[in-house]
Amino acid sequence: MWAEAASWSPLRARTSCWTVGCTWALTTTIPGLGASGSDPWSGDSGHGGGGRRQRRFPDFSYITRNGRLTDFLDCVIISHFHLDHCGALPYFSEMVGYDGPIYMTHPTQAICPILLEDYRKIAVDKKGEANFFTSQMIKDCMKKVVAVRLHQTVQVDDELEIKAYYAGHVLGAAMFQIKVGSESVVYTGDYNMTPDRHLGAAWIDKCRPNLLITESTYATTIRDSKRCRERDFLKKVHETVERGGKVLIPVFALGRAQELCILLETFWERMNLKAPIYFSTGLTEKANHYYKLFITWTNQKIRKTFVQRNMFEFKHIKAFDRAFADNPGPMVVFATPGMLHAGQSLQIFRKWAGNEKNMVIMPGYCVQGTVGHKILSGQRKLEMEGRQVLEVKMQVEYMSFSAHADAKGIMQLVGQAEPESVLLVHGEAKKMEFLKQKIEQEFRVNCYMPANGETVTLPTSPSIPVGISLGLLKREMAQGLLPDTRKPRLLHGTLIVKDSSFRLVSSEQALKELGLAEHQLRFTCRVQLHDSRKEQETATRVYSHLKSILKDHCVQHLPDGSVTVESILVQAAAHSEDPGTKVLLVSWTYQDEELGSYLTALLKKGLPQAPS
Amino acid sequence: MAAHLKKRVYEEFTKVVQQQQEEIATKKLRLTKPSKSAALHIDLCKATSPADALQYLLQFARKPVEAESVEGVVRILLEHYYKENDPSVRLKIASLLGLLSKTAGFSPDCIMDDAINILQNEKSHQVLAQLLDTLLAIGTKLPENQAIQMRLVDVACKHLTDTSHGVRNKCLQLLGNLGSLEKSVTKDAESLAVRDVQKIIGDYFSDQDPRVRTAAIKAMLQLHERGLKLHQTIYNQACKLLSDDYEQVRSAAVQLIWVVSQLYPESIVPIPSSNEEIRLVDDAFGKICHMVSDGSWVVRVQAAKLLGSMEQVSSHFLEQTLDKKLMSDLRRKRTAHERAKELYSSGEFSSGRKWGDDAPKEEVDTGAVNLIESGACGAFVHGLEDEMYEVRIAAVEALCMLAQSSPSFAEKCLDFLVDMFNDEIEEVRLQSIHTMRKISNNITLREDQLDTVLAVLEDSSRDIREALHELLCCTNVSTKEGIHLALVELLKNLTKYPTDRDSIWKCLKFLGSRHPTLVLPLVPELLSTHPFFDTAEPDMDDPAYIAVLVLIFNAAKTCPTMPALFSDHTFRHYAYLRDSLSHLVPALRLPGRKLVSSAVSPNITPHEDPSHQFLQQSLERVYNLQHLDPQGTQELLELTIRDLQRLGELQSELAGVADFSATYLQCQLLLIKALQEKLWNVAAPLHLKQSDLASAAAKQIMEETYKMEFMYSGVENKQVVIIHHMRLQAKALQLIVTARTTRGVDPLFGMCEKFLQEVDFFQRCFIADLPHLQDSFVDKLLDLMPRLMTSKPAEVVKILQTMLRQSTFLHLPLPEQIHKASATIIEPAGESDNPLRFTSGLVVALDVDATLEHVQDPQSTVKVQVLYPDGQAQIIHPKPADFRNPGPGRHRLLTQVYLSHTAWTEPCQVEVRLLLAYNSNSRIPKSPWIEGGEMSSQVETSIEGTIPFSKSVKVYIMPKPARR
Repeated sequence: MWAEAASWSPLRARTSCWTVGCTWALTTTIPGLGASGSDPWSGDSGHGGGGRRQRRFPDFSYITRNGRLTDFLDCVIISHFHLDHCGALPYFSEMVGYDGPIYMTHPTQAICPILLEDYRKIAVDKKGEANFFTSQMIKDCMKKVVAVRLHQTVQVDDELEIKAYYAGHVLGAAMFQIKVGSESVVYTGDYNMTPDRHLGAAWIDKCRPNLLITESTYATTIRDSKRCRERDFLKKVHETVERGGKVLIPVFALGRAQELCILLETFWERMNLKAPIYFSTGLTEKANHYYKLFITWTNQKIRKTFVQRNMFEFKHIKAFDRAFADNPGPMVVFATPGMLHAGQSLQIFRKWAGNEKNMVIMPGYCVQGTVGHKILSGQRKLEMEGRQVLEVKMQVEYMSFSAHADAKGIMQLVGQAEPESVLLVHGEAKKMEFLKQKIEQEFRVNCYMPANGETVTLPTSPSIPVGISLGLLKREMAQGLLPDTRKPRLLHGTLIVKDSSFRLVSSEQALKELGLAEHQLRFTCRVQLHDSRKEQETATRVYSHLKSILKDHCVQHLPDGSVTVESILVQAAAHSEDPGTKVLLVSWTYQDEELGSYLTALLKKGLPQAPS
Repeated sequence: MAAHLKKRVYEEFTKVVQQQQEEIATKKLRLTKPSKSAALHIDLCKATSPADALQYLLQFARKPVEAESVEGVVRILLEHYYKENDPSVRLKIASLLGLLSKTAGFSPDCIMDDAINILQNEKSHQVLAQLLDTLLAIGTKLPENQAIQMRLVDVACKHLTDTSHGVRNKCLQLLGNLGSLEKSVTKDAESLAVRDVQKIIGDYFSDQDPRVRTAAIKAMLQLHERGLKLHQTIYNQACKLLSDDYEQVRSAAVQLIWVVSQLYPESIVPIPSSNEEIRLVDDAFGKICHMVSDGSWVVRVQAAKLLGSMEQVSSHFLEQTLDKKLMSDLRRKRTAHERAKELYSSGEFSSGRKWGDDAPKEEVDTGAVNLIESGACGAFVHGLEDEMYEVRIAAVEALCMLAQSSPSFAEKCLDFLVDMFNDEIEEVRLQSIHTMRKISNNITLREDQLDTVLAVLEDSSRDIREALHELLCCTNVSTKEGIHLALVELLKNLTKYPTDRDSIWKCLKFLGSRHPTLVLPLVPELLSTHPFFDTAEPDMDDPAYIAVLVLIFNAAKTCPTMPALFSDHTFRHYAYLRDSLSHLVPALRLPGRKLVSSAVSPNITPHEDPSHQFLQQSLERVYNLQHLDPQGTQELLELTIRDLQRLGELQSELAGVADFSATYLQCQLLLIKALQEKLWNVAAPLHLKQSDLASAAAKQIMEETYKMEFMYSGVENKQVVIIHHMRLQAKALQLIVTARTTRGVDPLFGMCEKFLQEVDFFQRCFIADLPHLQDSFVDKLLDLMPRLMTSKPAEVVKILQTMLRQSTFLHLPLPEQIHKASATIIEPAGESDNPLRFTSGLVVALDVDATLEHVQDPQSTVKVQVLYPDGQAQIIHPKPADFRNPGPGRHRLLTQVYLSHTAWTEPCQVEVRLLLAYNSNSRIPKSPWIEGGEMSSQVETSIEGTIPFSKSVKVYIMPKPARR
């Protein structure tokens, strides 16, 4: 089981922000997470379409219980265009009903409708689902979208603000910081801490949020360097092509497919290879157009070289036509879907499987029951429909190209953001347990991993801004040196709380403002001393004693026999009953409480034996 | 002493001229001195508004001020400073004071009091900061004056509590630059005054402003640079700064930690939260490693760079940097590197991988896994995978430096370097190839690594391929399969990129000579010999076959058993290749064959080398037999020139010398021929046409002398004299020819004068060498100089003519090392029949790729010339970045030339060639007199020109008319 942004204590009573609106959407089974659903996936767009039929979209009544969503939510944030993060958006906004703003980055805004439309087509046209959203609904929904830029602070209303950070998972993927006053939450969505051939690494500044909600897909994995993987991949493709074989790479349409394209394209360029590379067309072409446009969202290499040549304008990669599969000679074909369960990739696979010169490279995880899973687990004879038996002679390779952060990457992000507490979502409970333990151990912050529907309450210590009057500040400044971060300083003043604003003013001003008369508070204390000498002498002894101890204070011996330390008065009098005991009367004002109590404590210890 | 004598000699000749110049100079100074400060004063008084005053000051700042007038100017500025109310003007004045105090020859101690005075009354923070800057300038100008330094430090300490960060910054800078180096223990009174600068600066490490924190760290680094030993206590403070919020602070802190770690490498620091202790350098190494995964790339670059120079770090820590524990679902996994190694050692290399091959093995103890190590773990793994190529390059460089000092580390980092060969940025790939070459002494490539390395041979970038060839030249390969693999890949490369031929041959030469025993078992297969049957003789011109032979012959040099495996034609081919590619094929001692080359033993010195002897002898012959009859001399010269040219072609190492002397002899020959002309005997005006030969000869000699002077590297002063002497003769010849062919005397006056000036110039430039020129043209000319000065042109010409005839032929001493500059244009190849089409009026970019040999400073001298069919010529200056330097004496030009023309009806060829630009000023030996800065008054102004030094390549182009 996994939970995503299940529900967390709203930042304030009225405003709650439902990140990734519809995520736990379609995916109760998700690739790569040990899904239990056994029905094969269908459709060519590569989204997760399986799962429990009875609940196609998440139950949004969780949010409101009853009542309109718009009244309850201030905004919806979409982190990236993958369908498990935005698939239910039209349902949510048009069918359930939400009219507030929807925030996403520009690339997401551009690519998201393409994917939604594709998703709709397959669900309605191919599978005949009823009660699904329509094309018009997608359009209407997209009208509510507000696009945000990276690091742009968007003021949603007068209190809530959001800010996007680069996440590096797919083009336009973002992490969001959501902030109200001094309290903030960072929601990561999916992210990748290792840069790849077309995207950079996720980055966040030291924003020190109260809570960091991070995905934890690879909570217990530390991956090998990407270079080895890339090299292996290229070497395999190269070798097969060189001996005249054909390479089939089943992919999901967006994300990793572009990564592999760039990888092969640059390799072809570098090595001056001539074998054709094909990409099955359709949705990819439209999306590729946006990849060309949003150069600023790609990695350093593509950003720097696009003036000479846009890396997404592929020289070697051409559109695939059904007829090409029978062409003689080497070729590389990217085809959807990625698990070889239907569509074009399966067709090509059937054609090529018989030749041992050919190769199929599975770049991702395959669900049980799919052809992809079967061949990966070593089956060489496959039963196809119509009782045909297909013998697989071609080579089968597996390469993992995932764009999620591994355990080290997650830790790195936590280190960068320095949150007060961490909340793990999007992972398996057992694995998350390990990561949770690690985070708590190494960063000494609280870490939570709520199950679906579970509520987590976080205690925060919000800082309350207090205005200080300039006069008071200057007076305090004049007394001491510059403020020093290492030593806290005491400051006397009066805190006035008025209409939810806090002010710190000097007591005189406070009195004046409130129209009160000043009262003086004096503490008096009697200290008994065993001293048989005269009062005068006692006073002198007290004087010399204090003088010797309180060197930085002004200690005076007044002519009337009393001793003053700053404004504290000490008088010696004979005890009425016992002449051998003297009574010291110590009196101080409220302001000098500290010194006064110190002095009494000092005097209570008695005087040192007078030198005789 | 020699210099003194030189001066004396020179004084005698040029006394008069110099005195005059001096007078003029002093007069000028006197005029400017008062006007400068006075004008400023007047201007400033005139200024009505602060903006005006600012303008005047700005104008004033544009011109330099002489050292003598600085003080006056300073006084005026100070005067205005006191009066000025506007802070911006005061700021400008303060900055001007700083600039002025930097003037050479001015001692600023006199203005220091004033500067400190005004500092005390200043209210504006900006002006204060500027004034402190001025004080810094003053302080750095007076490094010896201890008292002043102390005073300035006091001032700085006083202002450290200022509220403005700018002022605090400057104060810290001042402390860093001037803080006293050692406490004076001698006097008690003084030692009280001397403050502990380090402690003061250290207190500001925790300032609230990040800029001040940075300045404090920088000041500390400055103290270190000035030689003050930093206390070890700073280390802990600096470590705290590593987690600062601001990148510039972290970046500076990394530097500081590095400095401290170099100062106290061996002291022991405790590890927090445990009882263990480690060496400081190890601790610092771990901390800097941690910064390699910092959030800011600036810090990452800084950290990665510094790692490279921490050589004292223990190997245990060093090896951790390459370590990354992999796991999957909490089970330990082996890295691809480990797997490759294992596969290799189990003899099962290059197995097709099945899914689950990398299946995780043993369970990981959850408690023991440390996800964010505080130590050095995986620093380089992260650095090499970084997003920014700057970080990756820095990491590769660091890896290189560390690997050079530790062989075991070199062995370990090999896998990672090999991986970098596939980086997406070419620069990084190139850098890692170079790095690998540098550490190749310490390593032996495993077969699977070699495989990855060789895969890069197909790279389309020539730079990469050539770098890789260089790498293979010095790589150790462990098995014969490895050699075979390398050869196969190199041959593949050769077929794909035939232009790499030379570089591949060279690479195989070294590969062969390094691994004779590994090549030996491969020989029959490589030569495709068969124990029973004769095989067909391979084509001798096939570059691939030559490549194989180069490998084998070089291996055979140290492996005497190998020639037994050769078949007959191999021996023949050997003889052929030994002649045609003597630099690639070594001399072999072959059984039962008498080969001339076997006589040449490798330890022969160049002077005993017969070809060198031949060169010497032929030159001697020419120099000795100079009093032969003209006919005989000419013939001998012609013969010798021919011999030398041939020798140059045959012996590449003697090519420079041979060509150089041949050119010189050629000049002499031309001169003799010109003087043999009959025209001298006939009345001048009648033979206008016949003088063609003489004037052409004069012109050619001039050209050749420029070539001799500028096209050869390694030409020394004594040769330059001879060359100039030859040129002088050519000029004399020119003068004579002109005198005989022109009517009237007026133009001759100018020419004569110019010629005499040149003689004068020659004499001044080469005064030291004049004694060597006994009996030469110039020697005689100088004797007669007084007479020439006064005589009429006609007479001068007559004297010159006789002198030219009588003068002897100067012996040209051969320089030790001389190489002729040469260039080959590799691209465009000039063979294409497809014209390059472009719209007329627009430009087309033509890629030019050329190798340059022995060109000094190609950035400024090499130009590309494009000749259009209509005779129009363009000279293009390549950008400095277009030149690469692959090896000593070699350069590579990779540039784009833009062609454009109006529309043509037919495609036509343009010629592209390289020119060597020269400037006669650059070669003239500097005498102190020239350094006086009076170059403009020189008689001979610089002569600039170009020498074509490559074969021209024809490019077929076709500008089409623009379509409307």
